[in-house]
Amino acid sequence: MIQFRHVSKRFPDGYMALNNIDLNIDAGEMVFVTGHSGAGKSTLLKLIAAIERPTSGSIAINGQNIAQLKPAALPFLRRKIGFVFQDHKLLFDRNVFENVLLPLQISGFEQNTAASRIRAALDKVGLLGKEKVLPVTLSGGEHQRLCIARAIVHRPAILIADEPTGNLDSAYAQDIMAMFYSFHQVGVTVLIATHDAGLLENNKHRVIALQQGKLTA
Amino acid sequence: MIRTWLNQHWFVFILALKRLLSAPVTNLLSILVMGIAISLPAGVYTLMENLHAISGQTSISPQISLFLKQHATQDDIDHIRTKLTENKLVVHFQFISKDQALYQLQLDNGLNEVVQNLAHNPLPDAFTVDTQDVNTDAIDQLRTDMQTWPAIEHAQFDSAWAKRLEALLNFGRILILVLFTLLSVAIVAIMFNTIRLQILTRQKEIEVSKLIGATDPFIRRPFLYFGAIQGFAGGVTAWLIITFVLQILNDELQAIAGLYAMDLQLRSLEYGDTVSLLLFATWLGWLGARVSVANHLWQIEPR
Repeated sequence: MIQFRHVSKRFPDGYMALNNIDLNIDAGEMVFVTGHSGAGKSTLLKLIAAIERPTSGSIAINGQNIAQLKPAALPFLRRKIGFVFQDHKLLFDRNVFENVLLPLQISGFEQNTAASRIRAALDKVGLLGKEKVLPVTLSGGEHQRLCIARAIVHRPAILIADEPTGNLDSAYAQDIMAMFYSFHQVGVTVLIATHDAGLLENNKHRVIALQQGKLTA
Repeated sequence: MIRTWLNQHWFVFILALKRLLSAPVTNLLSILVMGIAISLPAGVYTLMENLHAISGQTSISPQISLFLKQHATQDDIDHIRTKLTENKLVVHFQFISKDQALYQLQLDNGLNEVVQNLAHNPLPDAFTVDTQDVNTDAIDQLRTDMQTWPAIEHAQFDSAWAKRLEALLNFGRILILVLFTLLSVAIVAIMFNTIRLQILTRQKEIEVSKLIGATDPFIRRPFLYFGAIQGFAGGVTAWLIITFVLQILNDELQAIAGLYAMDLQLRSLEYGDTVSLLLFATWLGWLGARVSVANHLWQIEPR
């Protein structure tokens, strides 16, 4: 489903974030991307959503080379992907419901369909009673859940999460991971970047390790 | 499909309205500025329309006087009469014989004694010709033409007043055009800045929207609606200002007109003009927003 061929990414300041990456991820697969900070995990994920563009090589999603997509076509690629951002990127002037509504508005959903979908998404992440609450009053863990709800509400085929358990204690982190497993079980392709080794104990899924922009496993 | 589209637009319309109301004082002020800016040229236009109407009311349609040669015969007179009847520009004409003219002179001007002392009648036969109210050049052309007719001593067209009025109206038209152009640019500039500030305060929202798949038109839309709504409100304000000012002027004018036993009344913008005014104001607001969005949105690329 996702194919990297000789992908390199060099930033304008000369920093080589990714160096000649070859990678295949099948549909419905669950994959962890590990490595120290600065190893290129975030860049790898951002390339898939075309938030960053590769310096060389090709990235195909469902056989379509996204490195060659025109800017006008990018939004439609991003709608197929749910992205849980490292810094959440929540809108603090909107309540929980409206934050989750945004992707549906963008895709042009009708009000009624949207409302029931939003409630379903909030139910999945355990925020159902807090629709009218503003994000400022939520805890760090709840921010994460809200960000996940927004990433899955439009039912994307690919779910990408950048350090989703970053600042959470381990009990909370297990909760969040359980959610990702459940999405994987219903057939979503899930990619999770993490430097949290504890998260990978007893893990039976594929792990991709990055070191200084290169694949090591 | 269409329903989804309508839904989206309705939603954005409401969103833009909410944003407008979220900073009522600021937005009210810029609406007022736009209203005043639009009301100036539109007000001058309204006054001009009124001037046009008043000059139409008291209209003496353009008149040419034909003075015949002293030795003109009855045949000549009949000939001219036929030519005048055939001419399409001529609405109405009247023959004044030299005897009639002399008699009139005696009556009107109290020159009885002078006239009595004249050895013979020095006045010529004459025609007064009322023409259609076409432009001055056409009537001047007709006059020159008449000058060449046989037995015509002199054809006179008193075009000065008509020319003066026309020049005045032309001046007014140019004034309106200049005012409209300058103030339209000003309005676009105001809107440009308003939207620029909005984009800056909504930078995060725009960035997130782009990240999760919003197209550029989707991001532009609320700003465009905002500009259009504010432009429309500016147009309404301009209309109110004009109507209000005309009301005040009318009260004063009534008093003056009463002294001259005339009925003068300034009318506000006509229905069609009002619609044009509102549409134009809306378009200006939209245009300012469009230019601003085009200039600033590309700078916000998510990283």
